[in-house]
Formats: sequence, C-alpha cells, structure tokens
Amino acid sequence: MKQLVQATSAIIIVCLLLFFASRSLESAGAKGSKDTLTVYNWGEYIDPELIDAFEQETGIHVVYETFDSNEAMYTKVQQGGSSYDIAVPSEYMIETMIEDDMLIELDHSLIPNMKNIDPYFLDLPFDPGNKYSTPYFWGTVGIVYNPSMVPEDLTFESWEDLWDERLKDKVFLVDGSREVIGMGLNSLGYSLNLKDDLALREATDKLIELTPNVKAIIGDEITPLMINNEATVALTWSGQAADMMWENEELDFAVPEEGSNLWFDNFVIPKTSKNIEGAHAFINFMLDAENGAQNADYVGYSTPNAASWELMDEEVISDERFYPDVELRERLEVYENLGLKWLGKYNEYFLEFKMNLN
Amino acid sequence: MQSKNRTALFPYVIWIALFVIAPIALVLYYSMLDLSGNFTLENYKNFFSAIYLKMTFTSFWYAFLITFFTLLIAYPTAYLLTKTKHKQLWLMLIIIPSWINLLLKTYAFIGIFGLYGPINAFIEVFGFDPQQILFTDFSFIFVSVYIFIPFMIIPIFNSLDKLNPSLVFAARDLGASSWTTFRRVVFPLTIDGVKSGIQVTFIPALSLFMITRLIAGNQVITLGTAIEQQFLVSQNWGMGSTIAVFLIVFMVLTMMVTGQKKKGGRV
Repeated sequence: MKQLVQATSAIIIVCLLLFFASRSLESAGAKGSKDTLTVYNWGEYIDPELIDAFEQETGIHVVYETFDSNEAMYTKVQQGGSSYDIAVPSEYMIETMIEDDMLIELDHSLIPNMKNIDPYFLDLPFDPGNKYSTPYFWGTVGIVYNPSMVPEDLTFESWEDLWDERLKDKVFLVDGSREVIGMGLNSLGYSLNLKDDLALREATDKLIELTPNVKAIIGDEITPLMINNEATVALTWSGQAADMMWENEELDFAVPEEGSNLWFDNFVIPKTSKNIEGAHAFINFMLDAENGAQNADYVGYSTPNAASWELMDEEVISDERFYPDVELRERLEVYENLGLKWLGKYNEYFLEFKMNLN
Repeated sequence: MQSKNRTALFPYVIWIALFVIAPIALVLYYSMLDLSGNFTLENYKNFFSAIYLKMTFTSFWYAFLITFFTLLIAYPTAYLLTKTKHKQLWLMLIIIPSWINLLLKTYAFIGIFGLYGPINAFIEVFGFDPQQILFTDFSFIFVSVYIFIPFMIIPIFNSLDKLNPSLVFAARDLGASSWTTFRRVVFPLTIDGVKSGIQVTFIPALSLFMITRLIAGNQVITLGTAIEQQFLVSQNWGMGSTIAVFLIVFMVLTMMVTGQKKKGGRV
C-alpha cells in the first residue's frame, strides 16, 4: 500500500512539475514589469551594443528573445502566456495581427523620432497611418551569385536565367513556400499573391522543370556555403545577401526584372505588453538617427531611416541592389496575407515541388 | 489476492492514461478537424493523394536503407565487442558520441562533407577532383546510419553477451563449421536483440526531419518533414495530426512485424 501511495504521488508530482514548467516556459521568464522589457525579434537582427546602450540610458532591463518565422512568432504571442513588449513581424503578419486584435495602438507623441523615417515607408496599405507599427528594416528577395563561377551571359536580370542548363546542380533555394512559389509565379509574370489554382499549378510545373538545377533547399546554412564558394547561385533575402557579400567580395546580387517580393519588418507592441511606456521608449531609441545607422551597419539590411542615411557610408546607401530606387520598388510586390486556406495550398504545391527534387 | 493486484496496477493505469492514451487521443481528435475547427475526414482523404503516398513510400525506403546499413555495421561490431577484453569500456566508447547533441553532430558533418572539408582534401591527395558530397542520398544515409549505430549496437551486444558460450562450443564439437554455427546457433539466439535494434532504428528513421534539410538539402522528404511544415508553416494542425496518426499506425505495424514471440511458443 505504501508503495502504491508513493507511485501515485510520484505521478501527481510529475504532473505538477510539467504544469509549472510549461507555465514558466510560456511566460519566458519575463514577469513583465516596469523595469523589464521583453523584445521578440528575428535572429541576428539587432546590434547587441544598442541593447546595452538602451539599458544604460533608461535603466530598463531588456530580455531579448528570437524567432525564425512570422508564423512561429504569431503562435507564441497568441498563446498569451508570455508578456512580449516588442515584436518585429513582417507586413502580412502585421495585417493578420491587427485583424486578430493582438496589437496596441501606438502613441505617436512618445515616438518623436518617427520623423526620421522616409515617408515612402510610412502609411503603407498593411497599416494605414502607422496606427500599430513603425518601420524597422526593409528589403527584397533576389538572387545572390558568384560571377566567376557562372557563365558570363547570366546576370539574373531575369528569373529565366535560373533555368539555364549550364546551372545543373548549382542552384540553392531558401526553404520558404512563399519565396519559392512566389518566384515561380513571378517568372510567369503572375502576381506572387495570386489565389488561383490554375496559375499555381502552372507555376509548380514550371518549378518542377527547375529541379535538375536545384542542388538543395535549405535555410540560413546557405550563408556560410556562399561565403566559402561552395555554392554558386542562391535565392535569398537582400539582407542575407548583403551579409554574404560583406564576407566574400566576389559575390553579386540581383533582383530580377519580372518582379519579386518587397518586404517590411516593423516594430509592434503586442497586447501582451506589461511595459507599454518602455516599449515606446525602445522604439524611439531604435529610430534615432545615430542608433539606426549603427544598427543598419551591423545587421546589413536596408534601413528606412532617412536621418540615418546621412550618417552612413555613401557607397552603401547608393547601392541600387540594396536600396533600389522608387521606380524599381514599384515593380516589386508586398506579400498579402493569404489566409490559412491559401497558405496551406501554397505549402502543398511547395511540398510537391520538393518531392520532385530527387 | 486478485483485488490487491488490481489496486497495485492503479498508478500504472493513471500513468498510461495521462501520458500515452491522452496524447494519442488528442492527436486523433485534432486529425479530424479542419482549418476552422469543424469536424471532417478531409485530412484523411488528402493523405491518400499522390504526394503523401509517394512521401510515405520514400520514408519507408530510406528508413529501410538506414536500418539495413546500420545493422550491417552494428552486428559485426557488437560481435567483436563481446570478444574483446575490456568490453564494457569499448561499449562505453561507442556510446559516448550519442551523448552529444544530434544537431551539433549534424552541423559538424556539414563541415566534414564540404567542398573544402577534410574528406575532399583527402581524396584530392589521390588526384581526384573534389566531390559534392553534401546534399546527396549518400550523405543523408551516411549521417543517419552514424547516428543510429549506438542504438543498434546496445541491444545486439546485450543478447550476444548473454549467449551461453558452451552452446557455441557444443556446435563446433559436433562438427558444425564456424559459418554454420553462426547461422544455426548464434544468430537465431540473438534474433531478439536484432529485432529490438531494428525497432529503435527503423521507427525514428521513419520520421527524421532535421537531417533531411541540413544534410540532404530537402532532396529527401520524409513524413517528419511534412509534419513539421504543417504545424509550423501552414498552421494546419489537422493535417499535421493526420500524418502523425499514420506514422503511429506504421510504427505499431513495425512493432508487430518485429515483435518478440512469446517464450515457450516453440519447444
């Protein structure tokens, strides 16, 4: 009988431990108070020195956490257990979060540095009047390649260049359904937000023709491969390409003319926030001209902060590959929120494409 | 007496109900929900489409190859281990690498197999051109086999170690060649170890997912990859759960095929 009681209580203890463990995991150690600020950002997306500087300036302790996809971030914020004060979703996810009433309206009087932002990046369709978000970084999707390792006539001004027979087993793609299917749609001249089965079918078939050229579909691991000249051509985000080119000067980056994706990552304050004032202070701090310039130098992505441009290297700012002019930007498309049904379909087609690789 | 036995079972029943039955029931429940949370069998219908059937087939094929090569290496190794002097030490040395995080080992292989990695440096010494080893079937199977070897060796080693050596001597005494002894005496007596080894290799191999991306560059797609994508990207928990249900079914089937026969069934 004694053993019986022991065994039963052991189970109850395990259950309680699991319960508390999941509770404390969800709240991510952040109790949420006036003295702490929990920032939820993409990996490698901020200069850590700026966090220290912010802590010193304000006395607020920053808890910094990272995510690797908009969807993962959404799920975690939605579960509500954690008190994130700042998150950095992309435009289509901001739209979703506004719809789902997950964000706090910003108090613009607490963010005077908003004036530093180039007007182009304000008042965009996903958040009219910037009621809920302020720009952080922006960029495009394109092709990074090593000119010395591909035939000379391939400049990737057109997506078609990827289909060139001479690139057999040389192309690397990023493991994202919207990027890859979007590329298929763009190469056919369609919009990358299309909700049309026939066009998606056509795009997938076109992508399947690309499979002999595709060496691998991977994630961030592509960066060291390009830097070490182990990979020749890769579909990737502009900022990641900038990172690679920083390390390996041979590389070049192009955004094909048929069109591609233009994206924005913005600061938002989720409703889970327990330190709304601190969150505003943090946003304002990051939008400061000097801080913005330092951060952009460190991260490598394109900053929308016009005041920072003045302080940055002229060569970087005038580089059309990373700071395309307004005319080029017009040819690019911003992702729209597809909705779960169509997002699922994009993923099914992407899966089919992957199945055809081998 | 019998009622006392029943009460003694009580903790086990709760344990199993909470940590085995309840999660499986939840997976089953979710598998019958569509995106908006309505009851549906649509997910099961989708599973029987060409993509998922092909994926099931590739998962099985690669799991089979991985198990086969793991067994091919593990059995002789375990056999030789039982013959060594300090067998526990040797066994320990083989097991230690499995204490290192799987992801860490996988990343190490990216460097080892790289165009400028040690393997290519080695073959260049013999005048061959560097080969692209990463992102091929070979690299995928090699790394998977490497990861599963310790798990296959342990059960086989245990059953070989328990084998009464006098049986081998008796067989040799009665005129059996060493090959016949192995085939008719040693192998049948250690088949249970082999079966458990196959279970602990084949079942996880069916749902490998991280290695398929890091080492195979998504050239190999298994059911595990599809589950990950359904949960994390599509947010379609229903379809993800449905694939998981099939995975559970396949695992039960594998257990049944490799299951151990009741003792005394054959005299």
